[in-house]
Amino acid sequence: MEGAARRPLRVRSHAMNDHATPLLEVRGVAKHYGPVVALRSADLSVSPGEVHALLGANGAGKSTLVKCLTGVIRPDSGTISVSGRDTRARSPMHAARLGLSPVFQDPALVPDLSVAQNLRLTGSSIDAVRSQLAAMNLKVSFHELVGDLPLPILRMLDLARALIHDPQLLILDEITAALPSDLADRVFDVMSERREKGRSVLFITHRLAEVIANCDRATILRDGEDVGTMVPREGGEARIVEIMLGPEAARAEAAASERDGAAERPAAEAEAEPSEGAAVLEVDDVRVGGVQGISLTLRSGEVLGLAALEGQGQDELFEALAGQRKLESGELRMDGKAFRPRHPYDAIRRRIVLVPPDRLLALLPQRSVRENVAAPLYNTPLRWGPINMREEGRRVRRAVDALQIDMRAARQVRRLSGGNQQKVTIARWLASGFAALLCNDPTRGIDVGTKRQVYALLRELAADGAAILFFSSELAEFPLVCDRVLTIYGGRVTAELPGAAADEETLLQAMHGLELDETAA
Amino acid sequence: MTTAPAPAPATAIEFRGAAPWRRALRLHGWTIAVWLVLLAMVPYWRSLTQQDFKFDLQALAIDALPLCFAAMAQAVVVISGGIDLSIGSLMGVVNVLSAREMVDMSFRQALLFSLLLIALTALASGLTGTIIVLTRIPDIVVTLGMLFVWQGVALWIMEIPGGGVPVDYSDLAIGDLGSTGIPNAAVVVFAAFLLVWVPLRWLRPGLALYAVGSNRNSAYLSGIGVSRTRIGAYMLAGVFTGLAGLALSASSGIGDPNSGTTYTLNSVAAVVLGGVSLLGGVGGLIGVIAAAYVLTLSKIILLLRGTDPNYANVYQGALIILVVVIGGLLTRKTRS
Repeated sequence: MEGAARRPLRVRSHAMNDHATPLLEVRGVAKHYGPVVALRSADLSVSPGEVHALLGANGAGKSTLVKCLTGVIRPDSGTISVSGRDTRARSPMHAARLGLSPVFQDPALVPDLSVAQNLRLTGSSIDAVRSQLAAMNLKVSFHELVGDLPLPILRMLDLARALIHDPQLLILDEITAALPSDLADRVFDVMSERREKGRSVLFITHRLAEVIANCDRATILRDGEDVGTMVPREGGEARIVEIMLGPEAARAEAAASERDGAAERPAAEAEAEPSEGAAVLEVDDVRVGGVQGISLTLRSGEVLGLAALEGQGQDELFEALAGQRKLESGELRMDGKAFRPRHPYDAIRRRIVLVPPDRLLALLPQRSVRENVAAPLYNTPLRWGPINMREEGRRVRRAVDALQIDMRAARQVRRLSGGNQQKVTIARWLASGFAALLCNDPTRGIDVGTKRQVYALLRELAADGAAILFFSSELAEFPLVCDRVLTIYGGRVTAELPGAAADEETLLQAMHGLELDETAA
Repeated sequence: MTTAPAPAPATAIEFRGAAPWRRALRLHGWTIAVWLVLLAMVPYWRSLTQQDFKFDLQALAIDALPLCFAAMAQAVVVISGGIDLSIGSLMGVVNVLSAREMVDMSFRQALLFSLLLIALTALASGLTGTIIVLTRIPDIVVTLGMLFVWQGVALWIMEIPGGGVPVDYSDLAIGDLGSTGIPNAAVVVFAAFLLVWVPLRWLRPGLALYAVGSNRNSAYLSGIGVSRTRIGAYMLAGVFTGLAGLALSASSGIGDPNSGTTYTLNSVAAVVLGGVSLLGGVGGLIGVIAAAYVLTLSKIILLLRGTDPNYANVYQGALIILVVVIGGLLTRKTRS
């Protein structure tokens, strides 16, 4: 009674005629982490009874927006209103009380407790979760420790737990990424049930086919801003991809200007001379983690690109090649000789070196630039003798000069800017020398100027005979840097393209596991 | 994972994990093993002494009493993902404070004063936890600092050993239950376990303790007040630390500002031996209690054999490492 009296009458009447008051209204939400802008200014509007997709490339700000909605982080500015009422969730629990139930990308179940204990912990009714699972036709023993359950089952448990409160808005952050198709279908069933009940779903995924089949509308984020809301069924994938990438004209212009900057390689020359260097690193039907049997040959003098969505097996492949992970099956050959690295040392000794995606994995953050660049040298010339300081200094200087590393804060690497840190990770291998360079997203989070230097450097190294394997989350880089590009989806190679033909649209199509047109391939 | 082959949504998908007995063995195997080790030591121990079993049992229970409580305190903090190096010196503060004040008290007054002291240690330890949570300085650094603080406070209260406790109060530690032969020292340990830990273990705050130690991020996403829980863990540890300090007073009948020093690291040893993971989130208090008895009994056995006390420490240290290594190898086998 009291609650009904307090609620303004007009809100209720608005809710009656459906789309008048959106269930969720986000205006200008922004979030910075230090100098890094995660979310510039995002708008989003979800109607009652709607399944709404939130799309965008890696780093476009999807997860940040979800975290803002659910109270995990506090946005710097902007407004969020639920059913017309201004509100800001202070914690995930508070968000659930407001009717926003998330299923996060990170599992929110505690590994050392049993399923039943986890449910008691959050005050969820065990019977309700059990019947929810039964409705999805799933059976799980609640005595099981969460740490013993496979990831797909955990995702479904998270989903069931979110559903028992009958939330106004169910938020699914890349839930289908870890699911086999039979379980994913159950998620889609849940989504349409929610719609029939007049509840809403915010669905985040990289798989465009899922969006077209299941979503009423889609909002697309690019570089931390919303760049359009559309009906996916009407536009189709081509339209979504176009909005994701930006207007045709702007895209072409950007590509052209970047190409000028990285003008080390005239396109004509690259096409005229088919790269047929000697095979340096051969990968034969390798299976490891998510990699379901990949074969490739990395030749001297070429940059071979790997294009893939997040989590398609590329990280495991890089780790296996660099000796951080044991192969499950398959064979590696270096200069024709079979080898099985059991330790990064094995790979480095064979002159296969890795630039990992997270700079801090490679660097000694408290030590100086000189020590960082020289660290791999300690393996080679005089392993047990005293360090030859003059030789070391000479090599380090050469690498630092080649990469134009800013040495003003060189006493501690952690004080350098991200771009300079990234240069140091590459400089280490320049100083020690290598035959095959594995670059896993070497331009992540660095500015355009530094990016161009990296492109130019990679082309130069290839021209000097190095073999380079190159993954990037930024698709525009592939035609600039690569001679050939392989696309990977679900742990398998789906297409091979010449570098010049690897435009973003073609790549995106192949990266989503779709067949390429005859003309494109 | 067993998944149905047909894609039709009507087919049930079932996850069948390990057999229940395997799961139980993995969850409780370590605890059972520590108790078995304790039992296995008894015949050898008996073969070394000529005394009445009741008398020996009494001696063991009294000897182990402060360590039992100290280890329970340490276990609570470690389960929540921290570590407390100030337990021993806070015990020292309780010891000297109680011995100084209780000398002329009646039994009832002494009991009431004990409750006051327990409340104070809970607050003191809660303060440590609050500093850790607010400043985000690692547990080990803050509690190391507090170790020195409490050491100084104990010396400030009482410079040289002295004071005393009422005879009845002493009986709580060194007497037996209505002369049945069941040592009071064991009764109070299990009473504290049953009254404080068992109920908590089945309530949400107890689960939260494990959740926070297991994975702080998951716990936060599950809606747990992580800071609150960590501070709560330190406060509960403070309660056990208070009991441990009072146990020192009751069993020794005297206050000594340095009496607690050995208990900090011994409590960590008991926690590790008792099957609590130093990474947090795993283990329980019942195994830790058994481990405290194992450590005390091994010391008694070495003394009975006439081993030089200096060598005795060497043996004990080696024993801890050996047991944990063997235990680690065994659990790895059952995991895979």
